[in-house]
Amino acid sequence: MADKRTTIEEVVGELRDGMTIGIGGWGSRRKPMALVRAIARSPLRDLTLVSYGGPDVGILCALGKVRKVVFAFVSLDSIPLEPHFRNAMQTGAVETLQLDEGMFLLGLQAAAWRVPFLPTRVGLGSDVVARQDEIHTVISPYADPDTGETDELVAMPALRLDVALVHQNRADASGNAQFLGPDLYFDDLMCQAAKRSFVTCERIVDTGDLLKEGTHHTLRISRLWTDGVVETPNGAHFTSCVPDYERDEAFQRSYAASAKSPEAWAEWRTAWLDLDEDGYQQKVTTG
Amino acid sequence: MTSVATDVRRADVCCVAIAECFRGDGEIVANPIGTIPRIGGLLARLSFEPDLVMTDGEAMFTNADGAVEAWNPYRSMFDVVWSGRRHVIMGGSQIDAFGNQNFAAIGDMKKPKAQLLGFRGAPGNTVNNVTSYWVPNHNPRVFVDRVDVVTGVGYDAAAAAGPAATRFHSLRHVVTNLAVLDFATPDHRLRLRSVHPGVTVDDVVAATGFALVVPDEVPTSRTPAPEELALLERLDPDGERFAEVPDA
Repeated sequence: MADKRTTIEEVVGELRDGMTIGIGGWGSRRKPMALVRAIARSPLRDLTLVSYGGPDVGILCALGKVRKVVFAFVSLDSIPLEPHFRNAMQTGAVETLQLDEGMFLLGLQAAAWRVPFLPTRVGLGSDVVARQDEIHTVISPYADPDTGETDELVAMPALRLDVALVHQNRADASGNAQFLGPDLYFDDLMCQAAKRSFVTCERIVDTGDLLKEGTHHTLRISRLWTDGVVETPNGAHFTSCVPDYERDEAFQRSYAASAKSPEAWAEWRTAWLDLDEDGYQQKVTTG
Repeated sequence: MTSVATDVRRADVCCVAIAECFRGDGEIVANPIGTIPRIGGLLARLSFEPDLVMTDGEAMFTNADGAVEAWNPYRSMFDVVWSGRRHVIMGGSQIDAFGNQNFAAIGDMKKPKAQLLGFRGAPGNTVNNVTSYWVPNHNPRVFVDRVDVVTGVGYDAAAAAGPAATRFHSLRHVVTNLAVLDFATPDHRLRLRSVHPGVTVDDVVAATGFALVVPDEVPTSRTPAPEELALLERLDPDGERFAEVPDA
């Protein structure tokens, strides 16, 4: 079996300017932050981010690496509005495709199933459809059995990803990955919607040990869907990665506060992004 | 002898009004978002709607004793929403006369004056399951003539989008710190349903940025029964509800 273990630098080395990158997790929960930090250190630019957005989107927008954001929300959870993303939006720094959370799921599912769109009622009547030329409707070829009407539905386009980046609790060297928290979010669909997928995890374990910490229900991303796996302990910091650790709320507050001025951001960036992952983790530990 | 109106605390009236949103809903997911909505939803389940299904705020359905009943991660919640077996209570930065709601952005959604939450689940919620709204600070900046962005779909926008949008569209109540509003008018224009004790019809009209439909007789919102007050104390011993809606 192929050994897919790699490093965050090698993963980021696979990325190119202008790529569409799906980032797993949800808000400020289980984000592949070690990879986000590595992208932050790289010269990559013009990225399209597809994300149930949190600080991944905020950091990369604040660094000017993003051309477009595909999102239904960008939130830090305990801080409802992501302040760096707000700055980017309010200065017109990024283009957007704005979606309902469920449309987002359908777009990933369509890409995963290799169909151009999936029909849904979601979006009808809202400005997701009315104000965005990218979203079209479709007339059902089937009459509704109750009304005899042929409904006009939203044709949610496939969200095809060049690359998916997700963080899981455990994985093995061949790229089978495991979530141990209460919610997988849409990490599996992200991987299935992408040409290539990279998983970071808290700990790489022997395949035979995967069921020691969770039932078979927790094995939702198989090696079929993954191209590389990296062990990044505390790699979701400062977002949560339960049950391994909770969100670092104090750290998140300092991150949010850095959106107040260019000077504050420069200071935070120097302190927390201008160092490699080992240096970052050492600094987090020693304070 | 003090009057009822001075005894009653406004936040408690709001909790009861939220609970009343769920009356008759039976075995569906009650998904009230926010401090007072959550307390009000739990109150409904502990009193007159015992079959309501509720989340722990994360990925589990938990019963009134806090026991986990089922796993309901985000993906499953979309199954619930799209099946219609849910009644959500959302907030709104702007709400208009036909119940269009906005919490995405103030100004142009592509380059806003103020970026807010985004569309979140509002478009899907409003065309699939029953929706009510909670506004803790009733004022003309919230109740506007036209919302800047349509996130939650109102009656006029649903009608314009066609039968697939209207088939399961149902906005029930809008509960605020001043009053309860509904859409029980021929053209589904927002109507004053009741005013909370201590609030006048004129207060509500003045705090609303469009012409509210005002019936000839406007009742006073129901006040909590003694057993409901006891439940509210049990559900919110720290009095978070009073921080969200202080007494007038």
